[in-house]
Amino acid sequence: MMLRLDKRDFKKFLEDLMEEFDLYAPASLVEGVSVFKKIDNPEEVNLTPTLTQKPAKETFFPQSEPMFNYKTEGHKSQMKSLDEIKRERILLGARPCDIEAISIIEKVFLSEPYTDVYFLEKRKKTTLIGLGCNQPLSTCFCTSAGGGPFLRMGSDIFLIDLGGAYSVELLTEKGRLFGKNRFLKEALPEDKRQIKELEKRAFEKIGVSIPVDGIEKRLDLMTESSFWDRVHEKCVGCRICTYLCPTCHCFDIVDEGDHARGQRVRNWDSCLSSLYSLETSGHNPRPTTRERVRQRLMHKFNYFPKIFNRVACVGCGRCIQYCPVHFDIRQAIIWTSSKRPSELKT
Amino acid sequence: MDERLKKIQEKIREKSKELLSKKRVDLIIGFSNWTLPLRTTPVFIRTPEGTESLIWNSFCENNLATYIHKFNRFRVGIVVKGCDARSLTALSLEKRFNPDGIFLIGVPCQRMVDRRKVARAVKGEIIRVEERGEELLVEGEEFKTVLEKRDFLYPSCQVCIHRTPSQAHFLADDPVEEFPLVETHPEVDVFEKKPPEERWRYFESETSRCIRCYACRQVCPMCYCTECFVECLRPKWIEGGLNPQDLQFYHIVRAYHQTGRCSGCGACERACPMDIPLTYLTQKLNQDVKELFGFEVGLDSKTPPPLSTYEVEDKGDFIK
Repeated sequence: MMLRLDKRDFKKFLEDLMEEFDLYAPASLVEGVSVFKKIDNPEEVNLTPTLTQKPAKETFFPQSEPMFNYKTEGHKSQMKSLDEIKRERILLGARPCDIEAISIIEKVFLSEPYTDVYFLEKRKKTTLIGLGCNQPLSTCFCTSAGGGPFLRMGSDIFLIDLGGAYSVELLTEKGRLFGKNRFLKEALPEDKRQIKELEKRAFEKIGVSIPVDGIEKRLDLMTESSFWDRVHEKCVGCRICTYLCPTCHCFDIVDEGDHARGQRVRNWDSCLSSLYSLETSGHNPRPTTRERVRQRLMHKFNYFPKIFNRVACVGCGRCIQYCPVHFDIRQAIIWTSSKRPSELKT
Repeated sequence: MDERLKKIQEKIREKSKELLSKKRVDLIIGFSNWTLPLRTTPVFIRTPEGTESLIWNSFCENNLATYIHKFNRFRVGIVVKGCDARSLTALSLEKRFNPDGIFLIGVPCQRMVDRRKVARAVKGEIIRVEERGEELLVEGEEFKTVLEKRDFLYPSCQVCIHRTPSQAHFLADDPVEEFPLVETHPEVDVFEKKPPEERWRYFESETSRCIRCYACRQVCPMCYCTECFVECLRPKWIEGGLNPQDLQFYHIVRAYHQTGRCSGCGACERACPMDIPLTYLTQKLNQDVKELFGFEVGLDSKTPPPLSTYEVEDKGDFIK
C-alpha cells in the first residue's frame, strides 16, 4: 500500500508513534555526528545524513547490554533476567543497508537451535521503517554487495523523501497496522514517477563496480597468500571498522560486581583488538594486524557466506569513511581478484 | 598543485628512491593518495619504482611515527613533519628502536587542514579538492567553492612552533619560520576560562560519545604498552562497557600518560570517529610541563621527560 506523509505533519506523526512505541531514530549528538538513539523529543530526529556514525544494529544489539543482575543477602540470592523489554519499538530512518545488515546478523542471533533471547525479544517487538537513499555517498557500494539504495526487503514500512513529503509504503502485516494513522494521506499519482526517477539516479550514482561476487571462492585459496602481508600494513588495530560496521556482531560477556551484587554484561568486541584472541596461556594465535585484518575480511567474505550464503558486508562504506588511516575495503575486495597480490600497493 | 608542495613531493620521492636504490633502508613509510578527497593514506614502499606514489599535501595528517613499533626490526626511512619527528625523538629516549636503523625524511610543515571542518563548511559530499597556495578549491556534485586554508587548520597545527623537523637526516625544503598562528591552543583557552564545574561538564559531555574503539590510543606513537590498563584483567581497572565513569576514566588516564611525552601532533583527535576533542587535554598538560619544568617533547635526544625520571635532589615543592 502506498501513502504519503506531508513533512509538515512529520513531527506530529512521530508524536503519535511515540505514544504507543519507543521510537529509535537517527539523531545528531553534535554537528556531523549522529547515531540511532531512543528519541525523547521528535525534534531530535534528523534524517538528513545519509549515514549515521554508529549503525542501526544497536537497536537490537546494544554496544553494552546487561543480561541479568543478581544480589545476595546471607544465604539468599536473587537473580533477575533483563531480556524483556516493556514497550514495542519502532526503528525509523534506517537506510536499506542497515536494514539488510539486521537481517544478516539475525542469521547469527536467531538461527535455531541457539536463539538469542535478548536479540529476539527486541527484534520481534520492533517495526522497521526504512528510508530510501536519495543521495548515496561516493563510498557506498550496496549494489555490489547484494543490496540497493531503495531495497525494501526487511522493512515493514518504507519511506522515500519526495521533497515536501515522504512516500510511505506499507509492506508487511506489521506495517499495514499503521495505515490508519491520521496523517497518512493517499499517494499522489505523480509520486510513483518521482520515486522511479530518484531510484534511477541513486542506482546510476553507485553503479556496480566492486567484485564482491565470487569473493568467497577466491578467498578459499588465499589463507596463506602474501596478499595478507601487505594489505594489513597500515592498519593500526583500532576498532572503528568493526564497531561502526552494521554487520559485525562479535561480543564479549563479562561479570561486573562482587559477591553481594552485580550484573552480567554483553559488550561489543572486535577481532582487531589483541585481547580478542589472546588465550589464557598467554599465547595469541593472531599476534599481529596481519592475522587480525585477515580474520575480519575472511569472516565477512568467506566464513560467513559458507554458513549463511551471503557475504557479511552490505557496502555501507562506514569503514572507509571513518578509518583513521584510510583503509579502503573496496580496494581489498578488488585486490582479491587481482592476479599478482604480492605486488599490491596498500 | 601548489608549487612549494610539489617541490617537497619531488624531494621526498628523490630521497626515497636514493635510499632504496642504495639499500640504505628496507622500506620507506610515507603518504600516498588514495580513494577519498581530503585524505591521504600511509604507504610502505620497498622498491625504487614504488616511490612515484609518494605524495605531499596538507592532508598528510597521520603521525607515521606510530608505525615504528610495527617496523622496528627493519631499517626504515620515514616521512615526518615537525611533530612526528619529535615523537620519534621521544620514542628513541624510551628505547623503542635502534636510532641507527632509521632515516628521517623531514618536511618543514605547512600545517595540516582539518578535513572535517572543510566538510562542515559545504553542503553535500566533497568529491574533489585542490590546493592552490593559500586556498583550497573544493568541489562537489552541485557546488564549487574556494576556502582560505588558514581558516581550516587543525587546532594543534595552529599553535605549532616546531614545524621544521630539525632532527631529520634530510630536509625536503628550507626550514620554515617558526611562529604560532594563535598564541594558545584555542580549545585549551576556552576550557581554562570555564569555572571548574563547567570544565567537568564539558569533559563529561564530550567523552559521553566515546565508543571505546581506542583509535586515539592506536594511532598515537606514544601509546605502545603491550598491555594497556583498559585491557588488563588482573587487576581489572575498568569495565568494558559505556558507563560514563569508565569513559571518563579512560580519557583521563590516556591523557595523563602522555604528560611530557605528547608532541601535540593531534593524531588522536583526528582519528576519533565521534569527533571528541582530545587535544585540549594533552595540550594543556604540555603547557603545564613547559611552565613547570621548562620542557618540551622531543627537542633533543638526551633530556628525558620530567615525569619519567627523578633525581635525588628533586624538590617536592612543585606538588602543592
